[in-house]
Amino acid sequence: MKIGVFVCHCGSNIAGTVDVATVAEQARNLPNVAFASDTLYACSEPGQDGIINAIKEHKLDGVVVASCTPRMHEATFRKTVERAGLNRYMFEMANIREHVSWIGKDVEANTRKAIDLVAMAAAKLTHDQELTPKSFSINKRVLVVGGGVAGIQAALDCADGGLEVILVEKTSSIGGKMAKLDKTFPTVDCSSCILGPKMVDVAQHPNITLHTSAEISDIKGYVGNFTVSINRKATYVDNQACTGCGLCMEKCPSKKSTDYFNEGIGTTTAINIPFPQAIPKKAVIDPEFCMKLTKGKCGVCEKVCPTSAIRFEQQNETIEEPVGAIIAATGYDLFDFTRYGEYGGGRYPDVITSMQYERLLSASGPTGGHIKRPSDGKEPKDVVFIQCVGSRDKSVGRPYCSGFCCMYTAKQAILTKDHMPESQSYVFYMDIRAPGKLYDEFTRRAMEEYDTKYIRGRVAMIYPKGDKYIVRGADTLMGAQVEIEADLVVLAVGAEAAKGAPQLAEKLRISYDNYGFYMESHPKLRPVETNTAGVYLAGACQGPKDIPSSVGQGSAAASKVMSLFSKDMLESDPQVSAVDIKRCVGCGKCIQTCPFGAINEMDFRGMVKADVIETICQGCGICTSTCPQGAIQLQHFTDNQILAEVNAICQMSPVQNYE
Amino acid sequence: MSDVTGTELRIVGFLCNWCSYGGADTAGVGRFQQPTDLRIIRVPCSGRIDPLFVLKSLVNGADGVLVSGCHPRDCHYSEGNFYARRRLEVLKRFLPILGIDERRFEYTWVSASEGQKWKTVVSSFTERIHELGPAPVLNPALIKQAEAIL
Repeated sequence: MKIGVFVCHCGSNIAGTVDVATVAEQARNLPNVAFASDTLYACSEPGQDGIINAIKEHKLDGVVVASCTPRMHEATFRKTVERAGLNRYMFEMANIREHVSWIGKDVEANTRKAIDLVAMAAAKLTHDQELTPKSFSINKRVLVVGGGVAGIQAALDCADGGLEVILVEKTSSIGGKMAKLDKTFPTVDCSSCILGPKMVDVAQHPNITLHTSAEISDIKGYVGNFTVSINRKATYVDNQACTGCGLCMEKCPSKKSTDYFNEGIGTTTAINIPFPQAIPKKAVIDPEFCMKLTKGKCGVCEKVCPTSAIRFEQQNETIEEPVGAIIAATGYDLFDFTRYGEYGGGRYPDVITSMQYERLLSASGPTGGHIKRPSDGKEPKDVVFIQCVGSRDKSVGRPYCSGFCCMYTAKQAILTKDHMPESQSYVFYMDIRAPGKLYDEFTRRAMEEYDTKYIRGRVAMIYPKGDKYIVRGADTLMGAQVEIEADLVVLAVGAEAAKGAPQLAEKLRISYDNYGFYMESHPKLRPVETNTAGVYLAGACQGPKDIPSSVGQGSAAASKVMSLFSKDMLESDPQVSAVDIKRCVGCGKCIQTCPFGAINEMDFRGMVKADVIETICQGCGICTSTCPQGAIQLQHFTDNQILAEVNAICQMSPVQNYE
Repeated sequence: MSDVTGTELRIVGFLCNWCSYGGADTAGVGRFQQPTDLRIIRVPCSGRIDPLFVLKSLVNGADGVLVSGCHPRDCHYSEGNFYARRRLEVLKRFLPILGIDERRFEYTWVSASEGQKWKTVVSSFTERIHELGPAPVLNPALIKQAEAIL
């Protein structure tokens, strides 16, 4: 076998702390290596051409590139060797950037390590086999999880592109956080006026099937052929029969139900439509508060319903949907401010969250758009906003910036003045972060035109005094302590990962970061893809995002699905398990351990043998470690290939070395 | 392969492609300085790691072996790391029976986002192996015997 080794400088990224010329020189002494050189940028066009020329000139059978991580450029170089006429699996990569040059400054040690890594790759390459992909058909339906603005956009884009879309939403209506907002920044236009039509489009689109009050319970399969189990919670109302007339809401005697849509400000009825623009506009019974369901008495809604839509006997049901791709758009949750003891820890009725304040501002909110203090219903005069509650604060485990709080606080300060011209707003801030289009101008308007007093510093504590609150904090620009008498305090709570996000990630087989936000495949170049083929991300489930970014990402995820579905057949990765019939004793251990059900029993001349379904096999290799005979081998990661690497590291055995 | 200078020992790492290999990459991207003794072998899943790989490494002269995969319940292949955990835990108890110091072997869970954690894992494991020193010279006859069994 003739192997070519190419050691990349990566500019100074590698060459700065690794003697690449020595690595190439030492590589020439390795068994089977026929050619070795160093190259400035292996991934660049001249770099790739150099590899192709060398393959042709020296008649190489395999190539080792020592450069960055294979997670970055393995696919690039596989295409390169293919262009030179080699099989794409006759290629190995040695990671001498992320695992060598970037983590150590000792040139000598780094060079030694780089030589070792090249030797390992070359040793593995001598055992590589040519592999060819098989193709399989795909199901061109897409599942969108989450009906917020990102999920709505993704669903609409996919549906407009002719795909069949299944949209699953946890609550009883789509719309997400955006539907709760009164106005949006920096245009101060009505949130539901721009979101409402999109929600209606979802309801009316012939290609979209909407499941509300539903959650994903299980996901099986692989890209192109997922099977998703959706658990629909009982709403005790027949969605087909309900017309959303609202008569049941008027008559329901249980008026103390938690109003989730209004963030617990005010109450609602046990049977309710969460808000006037809800999609689907169908009533839902909250079983916690319904007297018929809790005590067996009442049933008023059943009597008044003109279409007889009430079904007290309804049960949860599970629906199975086959899909080919999944877009996760599960959004975010708001930080629980009661963890801040110095701000009252949730004990002061007039210390509220920004989302609760948003509902007070909204004309469809519990106060009809009049700002009233929750404690006594009086109109406040002095309103204090406190920013960075649950963001940029290590002490509560939220060291990251939530990104949009500066902007919504400025918007709420402006709206406060619009609603109550006599009022005075104060904002305690750490820094103003307003990097979006027209964002900085907007915060300046809040300060200059609307006379909002911005005070740079953290609030130390809030305590009640009479029917007011004293907000005590530092003004770090003045270098002084300040105390403000407030009628109402609004906490700009930060964003955190949605509750249940890690559980869904497990079902999707995608990873999440320390805070629970989903990890993208590459932070810069693949921001909406995940490491699981066929699963994409949209919106704030990936990290805090404002509306424009969420919409942008929704469209981006949809376009990724469209390009995936532009082919009728997908190529399966040939790095799958293969059975050596002669060795297989038909014990069936591999069948038991395979997480994907990719191995079947088959009959071979009257004997039981294992058989791998190549399009289902995901290439994890659990079967290979399980097989007592070593009969089933994960191709490209066979026992021999891995042990060749082990030997390359350990080949100077202690016996030879020390004796 | 390389010269053993006495300052560096031979540590073999088996890392799953999705979490820990990504975590090692993240540590590199973050320029978290680490000891240079570790050589990483990439495998698709920690469930692919045959305990024999670890034994072969130790018998063939590795001073330490580090295995790392995705956190339990966070596996790209849904349950590969559970298989790994069972097999490696058995192996850990089995090593002293073979006359190998079980402290020379460790398995951990590091996710792709935990670059800082990976640095800590590598640094503390390397430190431990340095405290133990080079693996004791094995009797050539014993190695032959072991190789025959393996």
